[in-house]
Amino acid sequence: MIHSLFLINSSGDIFLEKHWKSVVSRSVCDYFFEAQERATEAENVPPVIPTPHHYLLNVYRHKIFFVAVIQTEVPPLFVIEFLHRVVDTFQDYFGVCSEPVIKDNVVVVYEVLEEMLDNGFPLATESNILKELIKPPTILRTVVNTITGSTNVGDQLPTGQLSVVPWRRTGVKYTNNEAYFDVIEEIDAIIDKSGSTITAEIQGVIDACVKLTGMPDLTLSFMNPRLLDDVSFHPCVRFKRWESERILSFIPPDGNFRLLSYHVSAQNLVAIPVYVKHNISFRDSSSLGRFEITVGPKQTMGKTIEGVTVTSQMPKGVLNMSLTPSQGTHTFDPVTKMLSWDVGKINPQKLPSLKGTMSLQAGASKPDENPTINLQFKIQQLAISGLKVNRLDMYGEKYKPFKGIKYMTKAGKFQVRT
Amino acid sequence: MSAAPAYSEDKGGSAGPGEPEYGHDPASGGIFSSDYKRHDDLKEMLDTNKDSLKLEAMKRIVAMIARGKNASDLFPAVVKNVACKNIEVKKLVYVYLVRYAEEQQDLALLSISTFQRGLKDPNQLIRASALRVLSSIRVPIIVPIMMLAIKEAASDMSPYVRKTAAHAIPKLYSLDSDQKDQLIEVIEKLLADKTTLVAGSVVMAFEEVCPERIDLIHKNYRKLCNLLIDVEEWGQVVIISMLTRYARTQFLSPTQNESLLEENAEKAFYGSEEDEAKGAGSEDAAASALPARKPYVMDPDHRLLLRNTKPLLQSRSAAVVMAVAQLYFHLAPKAEVGVIAKALVRLLRSHSEVQYVVLQNVATMSIKRRGMFEPYLKSFYIRSTDPTQIKILKLEVLTNLANETNIPTVLREFQTYIRSMDKDFVAATIQAIGRCATNIGRVRDTCLNGLVQLLSNRDELVVAESVVVIKKLLQMQPAQHGEIIKHLAKLTDNIQVPMARASILWLIGEYCEHVPRIAPDVLRKMAKSFTAEEDIVKLQIINLAAKLYLTNSKQTKLLTQYVLSLAKYDQNYDIRDRARFTRQLIVPSEQGGALSRHAKKLFLAPKPAPVLESSFKDRDHFQLGSLSHLLNAKATGYQELPDWPEEAPDPSVRNVEVPEWTKCSNREKRKEKEKPFYSDSEGESGPTESADSEPESESESDSKSSSESGSGDSSSESENEDQDEDEEKVRGSESEQSEEDVEKRKTKKKKVPEGKGEASSSDEGSDSSSSSSESEMTSESEEEQLEPASWRRKTPPSSKSAPAAKEISLLDLEDFTPPSVQPVSPPAIVSTSLAADLEGLTLTDSTLVPSLLSPVSGVGRQELLHRVAGEGLAVDYTFSRQPFSGDPHMVSVHIHFSNSSDTPIKGLHLGTSKLPAGISIQEFPEIAPRPDSSTSPFSHLLGS
Repeated sequence: MIHSLFLINSSGDIFLEKHWKSVVSRSVCDYFFEAQERATEAENVPPVIPTPHHYLLNVYRHKIFFVAVIQTEVPPLFVIEFLHRVVDTFQDYFGVCSEPVIKDNVVVVYEVLEEMLDNGFPLATESNILKELIKPPTILRTVVNTITGSTNVGDQLPTGQLSVVPWRRTGVKYTNNEAYFDVIEEIDAIIDKSGSTITAEIQGVIDACVKLTGMPDLTLSFMNPRLLDDVSFHPCVRFKRWESERILSFIPPDGNFRLLSYHVSAQNLVAIPVYVKHNISFRDSSSLGRFEITVGPKQTMGKTIEGVTVTSQMPKGVLNMSLTPSQGTHTFDPVTKMLSWDVGKINPQKLPSLKGTMSLQAGASKPDENPTINLQFKIQQLAISGLKVNRLDMYGEKYKPFKGIKYMTKAGKFQVRT
Repeated sequence: MSAAPAYSEDKGGSAGPGEPEYGHDPASGGIFSSDYKRHDDLKEMLDTNKDSLKLEAMKRIVAMIARGKNASDLFPAVVKNVACKNIEVKKLVYVYLVRYAEEQQDLALLSISTFQRGLKDPNQLIRASALRVLSSIRVPIIVPIMMLAIKEAASDMSPYVRKTAAHAIPKLYSLDSDQKDQLIEVIEKLLADKTTLVAGSVVMAFEEVCPERIDLIHKNYRKLCNLLIDVEEWGQVVIISMLTRYARTQFLSPTQNESLLEENAEKAFYGSEEDEAKGAGSEDAAASALPARKPYVMDPDHRLLLRNTKPLLQSRSAAVVMAVAQLYFHLAPKAEVGVIAKALVRLLRSHSEVQYVVLQNVATMSIKRRGMFEPYLKSFYIRSTDPTQIKILKLEVLTNLANETNIPTVLREFQTYIRSMDKDFVAATIQAIGRCATNIGRVRDTCLNGLVQLLSNRDELVVAESVVVIKKLLQMQPAQHGEIIKHLAKLTDNIQVPMARASILWLIGEYCEHVPRIAPDVLRKMAKSFTAEEDIVKLQIINLAAKLYLTNSKQTKLLTQYVLSLAKYDQNYDIRDRARFTRQLIVPSEQGGALSRHAKKLFLAPKPAPVLESSFKDRDHFQLGSLSHLLNAKATGYQELPDWPEEAPDPSVRNVEVPEWTKCSNREKRKEKEKPFYSDSEGESGPTESADSEPESESESDSKSSSESGSGDSSSESENEDQDEDEEKVRGSESEQSEEDVEKRKTKKKKVPEGKGEASSSDEGSDSSSSSSESEMTSESEEEQLEPASWRRKTPPSSKSAPAAKEISLLDLEDFTPPSVQPVSPPAIVSTSLAADLEGLTLTDSTLVPSLLSPVSGVGRQELLHRVAGEGLAVDYTFSRQPFSGDPHMVSVHIHFSNSSDTPIKGLHLGTSKLPAGISIQEFPEIAPRPDSSTSPFSHLLGS
């Protein structure tokens, strides 16, 4: 299946290569560079590039291209999903996944890659199994290893590999037993010129951080499970139980994991917590344009909106902008034509606004498009869909865990057309 | 290279003066010496006795490999360390070996004996990794050794080693394809493996080595379907895609009778979506309703596949969701395909690469099954932040989804897109508008008008694209659009983009008979400005002149001659050539008469209207989700998706001998219970209920693994031999299917239950489950009588059965202590414990006829009453987990009675039961005593 993997940085250097079958010359990447050149932007590089003898499948994350070389028919998503899993694993191991970090830990990276694929077919991709096989580097362990000469490599088959709960290892011990759940909802919306909602959806996830001793069996129930329109689970969740009772029952993996992601459909009315008033106009005659936006709260259920950022890609004809914000800071990059305004909190008494003029290219006619405004914001302690966790119970272990739940609403792909 | 300092940490303090990182350019002479020095340094480190130094050296070597540097000259020094005690050194040596063994085959042979020793190691991880490396080093000379090692590992007791063996198969095959026959034998053996760990890998090997040997799948088909949900994600993808092909060869097309009911199917689709929310129960109902409407009856195995893959739409892995989606698209009846839409739309939230692949597939699906994605139209709306390639794919989907009702919204969206900054995307939008206009007659005029307005856009790309699209639209029905051509003609005064001017002139020329009064005037204006025009426009002016001369020579003769004369002296030779050529053609002269007679036909031949259709049309002959589909070209190794067979092949080939089938249902059942999680994690030696964690017993006796009770497992070693014998008995008796025969077997004090009146093929399951568990009892004690009974009970899938199962074993110890000669009445048990399972279910009064009961497929057994506690009477029960044909609200429970005491048991009947509200039990007639000690199952119903 997956023949080789090349890691390429944004300046086009291949800084790591790994082969699982016979060696594929790195010159195969020339086809990739060609495609990259044609695409001009990294995000437009086609994920699948056919070459005379190979197919190159790539993903772009953290400014690194992960290029997998395959030779025969294989579902493309299989490879893409795997590459993303590789990135996630690196992130899990090293905290961040970046070129310097990978270079610093090249041996561990190589060992991990070796375990993840055998002859191109995934072997161990569960992070907890991998961590038993190859322990993630920590400063303490590096010191201890240098002194004692012990290794980072486990010599026993990870227990998870054989059990029906491959995501959890045995013998987990904590002094403080705690389980935290974060319900995070993102609003994807497109708002049209006049302020009416064209489409709005809520995508939610429940991220968990579970540090519990032994083999706890948890059940999580909701006050209003009917809200969830479409769900996808971590493999630990017992599907049958959800089907029949709408209860999440699972033996959790150790540490951080995504328990559930869900979707609240567009059919339900979605409360839009912010509005944007905008007045952006170009005039044919003058080389100046007017620019004014105001952000205000709407349907926030009494919560404050924080972390508001406004970004907008201005038309090419805009040379510069001279703007004054009523709060926060703003920047305009005359090269990329990207305007960003870091607003911060919205105070309903004094709505933040950004006003000023744009200087346009002299002589050129006015741009025919108005820029779209992208919005980011956060609302703490609120799940905008109204989803509420009812209770969390633990079975199978004697101790009493500390439980916590947090709600948050964020903007996902929130776009205002002007 | 800036990479060098990054590795300093790996090098640690040991990086000496012969620091290797300087040698970057192998071409220069000085570098060679430093290379030499470097390797000297590393060799020295590898030769020491200190593990830490060796490790250091290996780390540096691996770092070199990772950067793509050649480290092959270290081979002899490295290979010596293959037997190193330090596990990390060993692993890194393995990495090195796998990389370079192919280049240094002779030296690589030195390491083989170490691996052979490793294959016998008591530690399964070491066995597995020895096999991994041995099979990865690609040295053809060791093929026989590999073959031997694979065969041995295929029957290893550790499933992990067996999995590694499965991985090794394609490696060996790619090294030496002559081994195919032997490898197929190993694959066949591993396919029969019952652990989820192996399943994915062996199917992978099957796909690479012998995808054409579909016959190997028959016996394992049901097992694979049932195991599927527990297999790891990567295995699921491979298995699902293989099963899709399998199903295409083995089952009949579910859509064959649907073509007439097209409309109905479209409507039913909406219904099925609601069903999905309600869960599996209603899905079954929907499924059973389906055959009633049509003469086509779905093969139960076909249904099994659809049912067992459906939950995987909820997987977190995009690859699995896509695999299930393509399975449904290719295999499910029309009415059921709709369920995949929601899951696919969900994937659109994922990474952009995932979006790209999913959208490609959605585009293909949306052509065939438009209704499926219509409710999700808005999910395909485009954001300005999407990458261009995603935008264009979304546009494709939007265009495919546009119909009479939603076209206004779609067009309004398109209107915003046209003002985007991304010009490629704008061009694609214009094309899309053109397609909407051709597909939906109602909006054609609106679209045309919109496009005409776009002609005044400043962007050349936009104008050119609009003109091209307008041209195509007008070509379809020019008669009705004289007005627009007139409008275009007027635009010639304003539009400066040469491409657009050229296109307009072509249009006027082509349809000059629709604008007889305007055309000559346009030509007049053009003749005036001829010298100032761009080349392409000039060419079109000549074209227009020629066409007008042929249709309306009276008015345009002079103009044409004027234009041709101008062109004759043009700077561009193309234009001069064209002018000369045209003149010869249209102006009759003495010599060239032959061609000029046909000039009209040459110039004014009807041109076929271009067809505006999706580039995704007909892509569905490639299996969706495949690489070939994405590229729209056959990729190497692509397996065609076969057409449905005309006649269904014999379904009985999938019938399996007892133990396997029983086993997999055990698994299915186990899924519901909480218990196995604990027991399994205790490791191989602990008492377990599944074969997964019990490779020893499994490899020795299949029947062993089918017995689920804990007591049996603990004494597994001693029982195995007996059971092997038992198993043979069971198989033999099954084929005979008669009670008398069973009597004869009493020599061994074994009774084999027979399904009375349940002789259908799927019946084997129930027989086997009872027989295997009985044989277990036999090995423990003598018994004179066995009376397996089967009951049925129906309940919606409920996990409550799990705690109940535990409860029962407690209950029977407490409740049934007093020894009584009379048999314990089973109803009491039912009312106390089973009833707990049935809470919340509704009452029914339907009487039961045993014949109504459909045969029970194998299911794991739970102990209800132990033989010791019941004074010789043992009672087991199983949930058959099949719908009860008599009443959809009921579930069937099979209860097996076996009497191991001397006294015959009389009067088995259902006592008064105290049931919680909402639960009912179907009565069954008293069971007659069985003095002949033969066995007879009887079926009864427990309702709900």
